[in-house]
Amino acid sequence: MAETYKDGIIYSNTEISPNIYEIILEGDFEGKPGQFYMVRGWNGLDPFLPRPISIADLENGRIKLLYEVRGKGTHIISKLKKGDKLSILGPLGNGFNIKEEGKIALITGGVGIAPMLYLAKNLFAEIDIFSGFRSNAYFLDQIRPYVKNTFIATEDGSTGHKGFVTELFDPSKYDVVYTCGPTPMMEVVMKMCKGKVPVYVSMENRMACGIGACLGCTVETTRGMERVCKEGPVFKGEEVVLHD
Amino acid sequence: MTKVNICGIEFKNPVIAASGTFGFGREFEEYYAIEKLGGISTKGLTLNKRDGNKGIRIYETASGLMNSIGLQNPGVSGFIKDELPFMESKDTVILANLGGSTLDDYLQGIELLNETSVHMIELNISCPNVKEGGMAFGIKCDTASQVVKEAKKISKKPMIVKLSPNAENIKDMAYACVEAGADGLSLINTFNALAIDIYKRKPIFNNITAGLSGPCIKPIALRMVYEVNQVVNVPIIGLGGIMTAEDAIEFIMAGATAIQVGSANFVNPTISIDIIEGIEKFMEKEGVKSLEEIRGIIGRF
Ligand SMILES: Cc1cc2nc3c(=O)[nH]c(=O)nc-3n(C[C@H](O)[C@H](O)[C@H](O)COP(=O)(O)OP(=O)(O)OC[C@H]3O[C@@H](n4cnc5c(N)ncnc54)[C@H](O)[C@@H]3O)c2cc1C
Ligand SMILES: Cc1cc2nc3c(=O)[nH]c(=O)nc-3n(C[C@H](O)[C@H](O)[C@H](O)COP(=O)(O)O)c2cc1C
Ligand code: FES
Repeated sequence: MAETYKDGIIYSNTEISPNIYEIILEGDFEGKPGQFYMVRGWNGLDPFLPRPISIADLENGRIKLLYEVRGKGTHIISKLKKGDKLSILGPLGNGFNIKEEGKIALITGGVGIAPMLYLAKNLFAEIDIFSGFRSNAYFLDQIRPYVKNTFIATEDGSTGHKGFVTELFDPSKYDVVYTCGPTPMMEVVMKMCKGKVPVYVSMENRMACGIGACLGCTVETTRGMERVCKEGPVFKGEEVVLHD
Repeated sequence: MTKVNICGIEFKNPVIAASGTFGFGREFEEYYAIEKLGGISTKGLTLNKRDGNKGIRIYETASGLMNSIGLQNPGVSGFIKDELPFMESKDTVILANLGGSTLDDYLQGIELLNETSVHMIELNISCPNVKEGGMAFGIKCDTASQVVKEAKKISKKPMIVKLSPNAENIKDMAYACVEAGADGLSLINTFNALAIDIYKRKPIFNNITAGLSGPCIKPIALRMVYEVNQVVNVPIIGLGGIMTAEDAIEFIMAGATAIQVGSANFVNPTISIDIIEGIEKFMEKEGVKSLEEIRGIIGRF
């Protein structure tokens, strides 16, 4: 039987780039690459709902999360210190298929890079990573040991290519693609890969329960409406129905 | 100690999982034995399968949330085939929550449910998130009364009617439904509400308005249960923002025989167990032998 919310004791909570934090929790946690936890960093009912955050890494039961401060929930979490508690439920969702072989491209936008460290560590393949950011690049230093080539794009040109990361990517060079980031970026990746190379997309949606009960997080797929938190967050590109 | 009886059906405790917040129980079974619950109200069913609404479906608000799921469900037949066998295997009361956009939808749904093992029908005339459906019946007494009367004629199961807080007058509505034959009432469903994205200068939800639930609605829900208890003589199931055993006991004191736990399930999947245990502790501590002793106690003042 799965456990309900439990406390993770914070080992560290560090701002690794403006507004981007990395948190490490002590404990005996589990999970597969691409799975996520529902997280509450506060007592009481404000905010009311927990927040979904991906597993960035798991080592000896210690869990690492990478998150961007966007609103109230992540702001509160960013203020927590070593020794404080973070209440978490998981691991949830299906996770990435790690059995793929050949040449693999990981394509990320912004904090969509979060699940890629744990994924790269678990893929036995030749991996290139393509990461786009608004300005500063982050987290790539930790991923570099597990990948062959790193391609960076920033919208302001401060690091790497100036523009979108998809401009650097050539689908014909890869056997499999994994992507995580803003939905518009993932749509471009899916269109580029269509009919050429299989792509796995980690979808995002607002969640209430995270366990498949509320039907708040569904996306349209070829099989009908499916739950990002249960059938996903990882879907095959050809299963996701895109709307122009 | 915590047993309650509603329309001849025994519940081992007064805590029921609310429709739309508990699916068909499968997801929660991963966290605890769901037969510990007094009952489960299914996700709102419609005669035919529905995909639900497009666009944002969930939006958080102060001490609650808004939803516009749009009754995504497998349809009555899909429910009977794929979900009911699992629910039947658990020893708890099953309430089939049934919505519809025409009178005929409701009647056909009831006919199918009549032949199953569900214990009760919870007639949903109060879903605010589907066009020309559900809630349209739950605003005006005469339309509500008409559906309830026809539904009651053919229902072989005890039938409780789930009321909308958006009804023109909750007391009149409750009275009209009971006159029309409702064996019990559950209240309340979500409030019609609005949220705006000020940067896009657009409503958050495609349907513009959506249903508000959670602790922010509790005091109003409680008042409505209290008022309805003054005018009807059938069992009332109270809900709206219940998060704790204390909240549940307030509803019982306002006149509810049982309560439902909705949005709270999203805050913590095992919260209903805490509420059941909390009610038992309260009864022990306060020397309450049966919930009958405190039910509606507020109405006597
Ligand atoms: C499966 C999954 C995994 C995720 N993993 C990560 C992760 O590893 N790191 C990370 O930084 N973020 C991740 N997210 C996004 C994260 O959940 C949201 O950024 C977070 O909930 C925002 O909470 P908040 O209280 O700070 O913002 P809020 O005050 O709730 O909202 C601020 C803004 O954030 C956006 N937002 C709110 N909820 C979501 C949501 N569920 N998804 C996307 N945008 C949202 C909206 O645009 C909103 O206007 C993930 C989301 C999903 C669904
Ligand atoms: C996501 C969600 C879906 C819901 N779906 C239904 C439904 O299908 N049928 C129904 O009668 N009520 C539905 N409701 C209403 C709840 O059953 C309940 O009446 C309401 O949320 C108030 O209780 P609460 O504040 O405890 O959540 C839904 C509520 C939520 C939050
Ligand atoms: S978040 Fe509730 S079903 Fe996915």
